[in-house]
Amino acid sequence: MANYSTSEFKSGLKIMLDGDPYAIVDNEFVKPGKGQAFNRVKVRNLKTGRVIDRTFKSGESVEAADVHETDMQYIYSDGHFWHFMTPDTFEQFQADEAAMSDAVKWVKGEEICRVTLYNGSPLAVEPPNTVELTITETDPGVRGDTSGGGVKPATLETGAVVRVPLFVNEGETIKVNTRTAEYLSRA
Amino acid sequence: MSTAWRPAASLEALEGRARLLDDLRGWMRDEGLLEVETPLLSRAGSPELHLDSLHVPRAFPDGAEGWLGTSPEFHLKRLLAAGAPDVYSVARVFRAGEAGRLHNPEFTLVEWYRRGAGLDRLMDDIEALLAHLLPAALLARAPERLTYREAFLRHAGLDPFTAGLDELRTRAEEARESDRDSLLDRIAGLAVYPALGAGRISLVHDFPASQASLARVRDGDPPVAERVEAIVSGVELVNGFVELSDAGEQRRRFASDRAARAADLRQCPDLDENFLAALESGLPPCAGAALGFDRLAALALGVDGIAAVMAFPQDRA
Repeated sequence: MANYSTSEFKSGLKIMLDGDPYAIVDNEFVKPGKGQAFNRVKVRNLKTGRVIDRTFKSGESVEAADVHETDMQYIYSDGHFWHFMTPDTFEQFQADEAAMSDAVKWVKGEEICRVTLYNGSPLAVEPPNTVELTITETDPGVRGDTSGGGVKPATLETGAVVRVPLFVNEGETIKVNTRTAEYLSRA
Repeated sequence: MSTAWRPAASLEALEGRARLLDDLRGWMRDEGLLEVETPLLSRAGSPELHLDSLHVPRAFPDGAEGWLGTSPEFHLKRLLAAGAPDVYSVARVFRAGEAGRLHNPEFTLVEWYRRGAGLDRLMDDIEALLAHLLPAALLARAPERLTYREAFLRHAGLDPFTAGLDELRTRAEEARESDRDSLLDRIAGLAVYPALGAGRISLVHDFPASQASLARVRDGDPPVAERVEAIVSGVELVNGFVELSDAGEQRRRFASDRAARAADLRQCPDLDENFLAALESGLPPCAGAALGFDRLAALALGVDGIAAVMAFPQDRA
């Protein structure tokens, strides 16, 4: 596996620390007086999401993490794993629940997701920024309330619950922002 | 379309930078210092442990290699030894491999020398120049002068002269290092300097003798280097020395730096015999300081990082 020297550090670079893959969030070159230089680095553990500070002597090398991101289509879930396929080579990958994390709430099939592969296996799955899903359950809108200010909870076909305007009804398909879990519009 | 051809600094920042340089030259003129220019490309260079010179093969007409200088110090001292009055220079200097928010491998260093000055006079000068150039809002509090030991006691909670290796390693977050000065540098960068210069000029003086560089060492227990650094808003702006004039001692320090570099397999310019000969012929008692002009401009103009005051920093040079 390749190594990176501290002079190649920049945000987004994926490195191995204590056996886990990390992404560099922020890198600062520090050199006090006429003294020895070092790099003050903020890194995010790609498995846990935790951000920690580390320092490296400038010139030190760190092992690169075999991590890269690819767009894949979500195909189906067998209850234990979520199956994805690369659109160009039709290669299939399975993500576990930890890798899916919040993404399970937003995908029903055929969405193109951004999958982070670590040593060839999905480590994290990012759903599309917006998805279109059908409402399976919500209270009927209150007649006469047309102000648009009021909202109500609605359960979507994936099980996610979002707040929707009162005029939106069961059976309708809506657009949702997956980053904020907010209703955007009727689809 | 790529915008990498465009300057990194705004036109407004470049105008502000030019005004500051004018003000600086005005201050130097009023103080009676003579502006001089020295070579950027030298036949010899500094062996200093943590500064890497850039090598230029076949730099000279006779085919000799050259080095882009890390500071104009040796040339300025040769001028002083030859009888020049108080001098200053505004020079581009080069430090290989240094790049970051406060570093660029090529930057502008303002260096000045006062004949007959000791540490107090040197610190007076630094305070006066910084107060002349920086906006009052950054200097609401009176300047402070504290020793290196006091700075560490106050902001790192340890005595840099007596703390044990284990304590230094813990504070430096560096379990494998065994060189005290490297560990102290790390702690300075992590804890001490960031806490200094809040709304004021902080002058840290009396460094460990092992970090004397080209400064005179004053006897005492422990002996300390007559060296000072000025910090404003956590940013180190100036480094100054009461200059070492003992050629024999200077030669010994160079030899020790060169040996350490050789042990690390790092390249090293030839020993600057012209500089050593100037010391042998007699450097008048003097003190000198170097100011990182890009950092000063960034602070004065209230922008983040020196790239914002450089037309073309390293990534678009």
